[in-house]
Amino acid sequence: MTTPYQQPGSYASPIPVRGASLGDALLSEWTKIRSVRSTMWTLGVMIVLMLGIGLGVAALVSAAGESAGLGDSSALGMGFFGVLPGSICVMTLGVLTIASEYSTGMIRTTLTACPSRGRVLAAKAAVFFLLVLTITTLVAGLVAVIQNAMVEAVEPTGDEWLRASVGVGLYTASLGLLSLAVGAMIRHSAGAITTMIGVMLLPLVAAMFMFSESLQDLQKFLLEWAIPSQLIGIYGEAASGGSSGPLGWEPVWIMLGLSVVALGGAYATMSSRDV
Amino acid sequence: MIELEGLTKHFGSKVAVDHLSFKVRPGVVTGFLGPNGAGKSTTMRMMLDLDNPTSGTVRIDGRHYRELEEPLKYIGALLDAKAMHGGRSAYNNLLCLAQANRIPRSRVAEVLDVVGLTPVARKKSKGFSMGMGQRLGIASALLGDPEILMFDEPVNGLDPEGIHWIRNLMKALAQEGRTIFVSSHLMSEMALTADHLIVIGQGKLLADTSMADFIQQNSRSYVRLRSPQQEELRDAVHRAGMTVVETDNGTLEVDGASTEQLGELAAEHRIVLHELSAQRASLEEAFMQMTAGSVEYHAHSTGAGAPPPPGPEAPPSGHGAPQWAPRKEGA
Repeated sequence: MTTPYQQPGSYASPIPVRGASLGDALLSEWTKIRSVRSTMWTLGVMIVLMLGIGLGVAALVSAAGESAGLGDSSALGMGFFGVLPGSICVMTLGVLTIASEYSTGMIRTTLTACPSRGRVLAAKAAVFFLLVLTITTLVAGLVAVIQNAMVEAVEPTGDEWLRASVGVGLYTASLGLLSLAVGAMIRHSAGAITTMIGVMLLPLVAAMFMFSESLQDLQKFLLEWAIPSQLIGIYGEAASGGSSGPLGWEPVWIMLGLSVVALGGAYATMSSRDV
Repeated sequence: MIELEGLTKHFGSKVAVDHLSFKVRPGVVTGFLGPNGAGKSTTMRMMLDLDNPTSGTVRIDGRHYRELEEPLKYIGALLDAKAMHGGRSAYNNLLCLAQANRIPRSRVAEVLDVVGLTPVARKKSKGFSMGMGQRLGIASALLGDPEILMFDEPVNGLDPEGIHWIRNLMKALAQEGRTIFVSSHLMSEMALTADHLIVIGQGKLLADTSMADFIQQNSRSYVRLRSPQQEELRDAVHRAGMTVVETDNGTLEVDGASTEQLGELAAEHRIVLHELSAQRASLEEAFMQMTAGSVEYHAHSTGAGAPPPPGPEAPPSGHGAPQWAPRKEGA
């Protein structure tokens, strides 16, 4: 009545032990991420925002015709307006990927199945990163192609095309990875999402109100290094209005580096804490 | 085989588990008993490497949990039924666990069938009743067809039919030669399922004994007597060399005598009896006594050193007579 594997005496399971690897953990995490509705919701909303806002902006600029005043910048920079709200969805998904395991108690089951904290974290991070990278790169690339076709402006260079698609994809996925690491450290969905939105928006909001002369250096730093400023920096100097902060590929490497450091912190806390 | 050696866990200044050492042997159901807050769940979490012990070790077949390559094939655990993602279907909850341990996909359907959840396999687990959640947790424990199974309070939330089912399941699993370790705070439940018993209180080991020994040592059987000639009866029983206790509600309790003996004794003295009945103190009472005063009972590794139960064979340190004397004054 129990299992089809009844044997007398000391029990030996017929399922062979072969030694699970990171590949098995990746497969497991892929099953997890595709079998919850929050993945569809957050990524679906992100796609809608990127497409809707990106094409809406392009339509407005296109309607303005010659007077749009894009100058010597290409049309690709307009993609930013959709990616910015879209990245909030990515942050939410990043946090939920791990914090929801803590809030449901699933993490205890996960870690009994795979006691290596490093492997669990690596598998989660890799699956999430690749999924977000693929989707944002494709959608950002698509938006860039359409915007370029709709608006009359300077023809973008190959590097500009690459940054507007792969660069944006990498930056957004890294930002999500940072959120995942923060989620692993805070272990509370709402708390981690709030933290990440604060990290994203507060520097700009604070900078807006720095009227004092003595705060001007700080204000300039915040305005140029805040996450949204870095994001528009990917589209190039012209798109970011002549910022002297990180431009081109720089923001991508900065965010990737930050997320790797944060993942290290997440690994350290996961290894030392009780579940 | 699970071996615990000096396992200790402190939460701040609170000692949850205190130098716990015992072995869980294969082929039997080992009951892990203790009142709520005794440290049972903490001990089980440390066994699974979820909580880090302050000191001491746990070895599963000689290895630390973290060294097990595919742990679900060695040890399956039901910790709490809600340790699943409610937004995921029962099937997918089990599938992601199976994949992490290279367990064939077909096994997921098999265990769902064993626990009777096949009809709701594709339903989200957050809609499950407590009993269904418990069955899903048991399915996840069985997934790797492991040699060792660990259940933390498995009957919680199950209906009588479900309780019956889990009892039989545990016995059948043990008969296959598996190691079954099951915690409970209900002695009565353990008496029906466990072959071996480990009792803890305040994180300390109180007893590590076979169920049969525990029952023999702790279940006090006695005869209850009620009579309109209470005084005469008490004197007669006492003169016959038996220990008699007068209870608050006016009955007499006699240890170590049969109903036949006492009935004949009463007839001999021409005493009218209104009640003559054999009584057996429940194991639940014995367990409560044992755990209530865990300071009185020192940790010992076998049942042999347990303080003897009150009875006629009690040591001659004036234990016999004073046992009823103080109560008599109160009566």
